[in-house]
Amino acid sequence: MDQLSAWFTQLLAGNAIFTANTLGFYWNGLVTTVQLVFLCLLLGIVLAVPLAIGRGSKRWWIKWPIYAYTYVFRGTPLLIQLYLVYYGVVFFNGIQDTIFWEVFKDAFYPALIAFTLNTAAYTTEIFRGAIKNTAKGEIEAARAYGMSKGLMMRRIILPSAFRRALPAYGNEVIFMLHASAVASVVTIMDLTGAAYYVYARFYAPFRPSSSSP
Amino acid sequence: MIDLQGYGPRLLEGAMVTLELALLSLVLAVILGLLTASAKLSRNRAIHAIGTLYTTLIRGVPDLVLMMLLFYGGQIGINMLTDQLYDAFDVDIFINVDAFVAGVITIGLIFGAYMGETFRGAFQSVEEGQMEAARAYGMGPWLAFRRVRFPLMMRHALPGIGNNWMVLLKTTALVSIIGLTDMVRVAAEATKATHEPFLFMLPVAGVYLLIASLSEWGFAKLSKRYSTGFGEASEWTN
Repeated sequence: MDQLSAWFTQLLAGNAIFTANTLGFYWNGLVTTVQLVFLCLLLGIVLAVPLAIGRGSKRWWIKWPIYAYTYVFRGTPLLIQLYLVYYGVVFFNGIQDTIFWEVFKDAFYPALIAFTLNTAAYTTEIFRGAIKNTAKGEIEAARAYGMSKGLMMRRIILPSAFRRALPAYGNEVIFMLHASAVASVVTIMDLTGAAYYVYARFYAPFRPSSSSP
Repeated sequence: MIDLQGYGPRLLEGAMVTLELALLSLVLAVILGLLTASAKLSRNRAIHAIGTLYTTLIRGVPDLVLMMLLFYGGQIGINMLTDQLYDAFDVDIFINVDAFVAGVITIGLIFGAYMGETFRGAFQSVEEGQMEAARAYGMGPWLAFRRVRFPLMMRHALPGIGNNWMVLLKTTALVSIIGLTDMVRVAAEATKATHEPFLFMLPVAGVYLLIASLSEWGFAKLSKRYSTGFGEASEWTN
């Protein structure tokens, strides 16, 4: 450990930009990015599974609103959604006096809401595709066993759909990690925000920005 | 009619900037994509390695970070270069990195990598027999590429190109962060000035949706055209 810290101090010696202070910024930025991405993906899945099931419903008043939601959120840039939620909350008249202000005065929660809604829309479509592609034989077998619709969904369709959705969902995770960089625009100190802050102080873009994921 | 409080003309100009930016970057991305696909399919190991390095590197970094690197870093790089020129040859030139040019180059570079992957897969799915037949007809390499390989490849590449275009269109919103006055930036400024986020952001979102819907329709038409002779036109789904 001593050796490691000695090596580290030596590495940082004579370096004006990567001091312990700015590295602390990066660390905090990394923590914020990971928190934001992890939470929005988790909430996104929780929202997407029922929405994906509803998207395949035969009733139009369930099917069409969900389709409209995914179409709008997949058809517009995440940045606009972020602006809408962030400014929509901040400029809401009188919110400063309510109890919600404690939650929303930090940009983290508006950003989390925008990211969650965005990823839930994409994830819904991914899951819906997977559910739709369930082999007919699996459903017939489940019906032959006398399973009810709910049981069939829980035991047969969803597990096999998750397996098929995994590659596309993996892409969505990486996409979200990259997209989370826009959070720095609404004053969140994520990894990109930290890099931009350090850049703005030292005016040397390559070294600070290259360490973003 | 909604009252845009005098921001209407500027929003419209911004929309034009967004559209120009998206189309120019698409052209650059397609050219880069074709080059990358050829590099990745090349038997020359060095060229293959360059293609792989490019696609891996670009696809691993967030768009916004790349954009900041190129815009802020590019200016410093060019300044260093012109300083060297001044010291060595006494030529005094000053090049300013324009936000629009930086935006086109960055978005083109990013989506060139994605297009490269799309084109590579599409080129690989063209049957060798088709090219052999073209050669048997006495077609030269260029004519065979233009008449046989390219149209056949496009059938497989179109869905991928369509998806990339949709993502590219939405990525153009990021240029507002590096200082280009596109419609997102105008809307953001107007929002900060008037405290009316929905009034300005919703029309901008609507324009994006409109462009996306129109291109979805256009790609469906194109896909039908390139699928002539293959039975039912393969459905273009997002």
